[in-house]
Amino acid sequence: MAPELIWLIFFLPLASFVVISFVFKPFLKDKPRISGYSTIAAISGSLVLSVLVLLSVIAAPEHELLMPDINWVIVDGVVIHLGLMVDSLTAVMLLVITVVSLMVQVYSQGYMHGDPGYHRYFAWMSLFTASMLGLVLADNLILTFVFWELVGLCSYLLIGFWFHRKSAADAAKKAFIVTRLGDFGFLVAILALYASTGTFDIAELHRLAITGALAGTTLAWAAIGIFAGAAGKSAQFPLHVWLPDAMEGPTPVSALIHAATMVAAGVFLVARMFPLFENSPEALTTVAVVGGVTAIFAASMGLVMNDIKRVIAYSTISQLGYMMLGLGTGGVAIGIFHLFNHAFFKALLFLGAGSVNHATGTFDMRQMGGLRRAMPWTYATFVIGALSLAGIWPLSGFWSKDEILASSLAAQPALFYLALATVLMTAFYIFRAAFMTFGGEYRGGNGQPHATHPHESSPVMVAPMVVLSVLAVVSGMANVTGGFARLLGHGEGHGFIEGFFGILAHPLPWLSLALAGLGIFLAYAIYGAKWLSAERIGRMFSPLYTMLYQKYWLDELYENVIVRKILLKGIFAGLERLDNKGVDGVVNGVASGTIAAGRGIRRAQTGQLQLYGLVIGIGILAIVLSLYLAR
Amino acid sequence: MPVGLNHYLVLSAILFSIGLYGALSKRNAVVILMSIEIMLNAVNIAMVAFSRFIVPALLTGQVFAIFIMVVAAAEVTIGLAIIIAVYRGRETIDVTNINLMKW
Repeated sequence: MAPELIWLIFFLPLASFVVISFVFKPFLKDKPRISGYSTIAAISGSLVLSVLVLLSVIAAPEHELLMPDINWVIVDGVVIHLGLMVDSLTAVMLLVITVVSLMVQVYSQGYMHGDPGYHRYFAWMSLFTASMLGLVLADNLILTFVFWELVGLCSYLLIGFWFHRKSAADAAKKAFIVTRLGDFGFLVAILALYASTGTFDIAELHRLAITGALAGTTLAWAAIGIFAGAAGKSAQFPLHVWLPDAMEGPTPVSALIHAATMVAAGVFLVARMFPLFENSPEALTTVAVVGGVTAIFAASMGLVMNDIKRVIAYSTISQLGYMMLGLGTGGVAIGIFHLFNHAFFKALLFLGAGSVNHATGTFDMRQMGGLRRAMPWTYATFVIGALSLAGIWPLSGFWSKDEILASSLAAQPALFYLALATVLMTAFYIFRAAFMTFGGEYRGGNGQPHATHPHESSPVMVAPMVVLSVLAVVSGMANVTGGFARLLGHGEGHGFIEGFFGILAHPLPWLSLALAGLGIFLAYAIYGAKWLSAERIGRMFSPLYTMLYQKYWLDELYENVIVRKILLKGIFAGLERLDNKGVDGVVNGVASGTIAAGRGIRRAQTGQLQLYGLVIGIGILAIVLSLYLAR
Repeated sequence: MPVGLNHYLVLSAILFSIGLYGALSKRNAVVILMSIEIMLNAVNIAMVAFSRFIVPALLTGQVFAIFIMVVAAAEVTIGLAIIIAVYRGRETIDVTNINLMKW
């Protein structure tokens, strides 16, 4: 495939961003729909090209297309290329991003209808999609970092889309600052890698890591630095605190950025640099442990949230932890397979939450209920997404989750048990959300008149959910024959029917299915049939419930202890004193010293002309004499 | 005793010293101006003497002397004008009292 066509994948959404920002927004202010259409058209183009890329990558030897480089920056012998890296990983990511983005843009037509920021919304969505596509296409770390920051910027802008709400503006800042902590590690790792190898090129770094030219502590620390960046972006413990707050953004934004693509960028980055991790056992173990801990940790908080988006947000963190666990114990194919499946069903769940919000005007599940009759399409698609997330055979989540469980059992049994416990929690919290939202009787929404009789969302919102629910069912089939794993690495192939039913011959899938079923049953017992009272259980485990509901007090720890006490009152106050007394003292000292000196010396300026003449005369005499004597 | 270069230079030096003394010690601005004229003329004498005794074929020294005279005339004109202006304003031309340009 021609490199120009592949560049076009990135440039089409970028062009849409430019056109919306500089043409539509200033000149066609009263025709907002055109922005949505241009975004959809651009992303559709990218989607078609991405499918072509995937097909040619599948056909290519070694599943990699070779692309020419352009010299981008040349400074003192440091050459930074501008190039594309198109291998199977890129192709899969391109497909995920364009499909989910397209669905979300179509959905946004309905969700954002009538919003005064309609142009702005689609401009940023286009920019985000372009940056995300650029990120997966980049062939060197500098370019990767540029796009990495661009998606972070778009995330900031879109979380704070309704910036007039203080909570949204704060959440945007929090997301930006917390991810920046991880990005610092990433940047340090890039520089450390350059210092020890002299290259930013990803393929070259792969080669060095595989041949062993890059090894030991340098490699381990560089890999851990990269993982720090990935952990910030992918909201891994302990940098996960920003993602739940990011739910302040419009729901389609959450679906695209904070479920399917940008938060998965961390997983992608680890996968992209995987040879570095593979050759550094410490780094690989770090990835697996952080992933496993995050998975259960986030899932436990998801159990008690009352905001439907927050439940799904904690679920996202937990599933990202799964992906990291898969990468850390099983390799690229397993982690990315879960990313691939998760993107569809999680985007679907978010869009479902948005649809429910559209009808009821609230995200609080305690005010919902009974929506299965009013919103049959949303209900059906949400349940499909929930089943897929819970890992029910044969939906997509089952296939990838099963592989992660198997690989963690083989590599790190302790993490396997964490992951297994997470299966139970996942099934419970997502069906708790489903029963609270769609089961029982309607509890009145936000109390506004339009929420008293909730109705199904418009077809423009339902259609993307239907498409995504189909994908949530079938995307797991990509690896039933082992095809996905072969594309991204190694794996033995087998027939479709054999793979489809054969997996049920093993005990492990039955164990995870049983746990998922138990979770769903518990959710039904408490929130569906109400055999057990949720309040009574909450009281019974009151300290535990409070701890989970308060999110382990991590937000308080970060904000009150670390930021306010240690940083603000300790370090920053000290620095302020140093600045006021020390730095300002030096500056003021120089100034007052100069003034004092001037006050003394100006006495020489008597205004007596003849004194000046005398001094000049003596001076000349002195010069002449000295020249004479020196001769 | 033939009059030589040294005689002229000594005369020039004496005149210059008188002028310098006058310029630095007198209080009357007009006298200071006159002293400066004396110093300029001392220079003229030295110029013409050098020209006459060292490069008699060229008239460079004399040309310079004429230029200096022209400049001196212009300077005196402006100097006297300033002195008159100052006198009109301050009723004095004593330079020790004309000390506005100090700290």
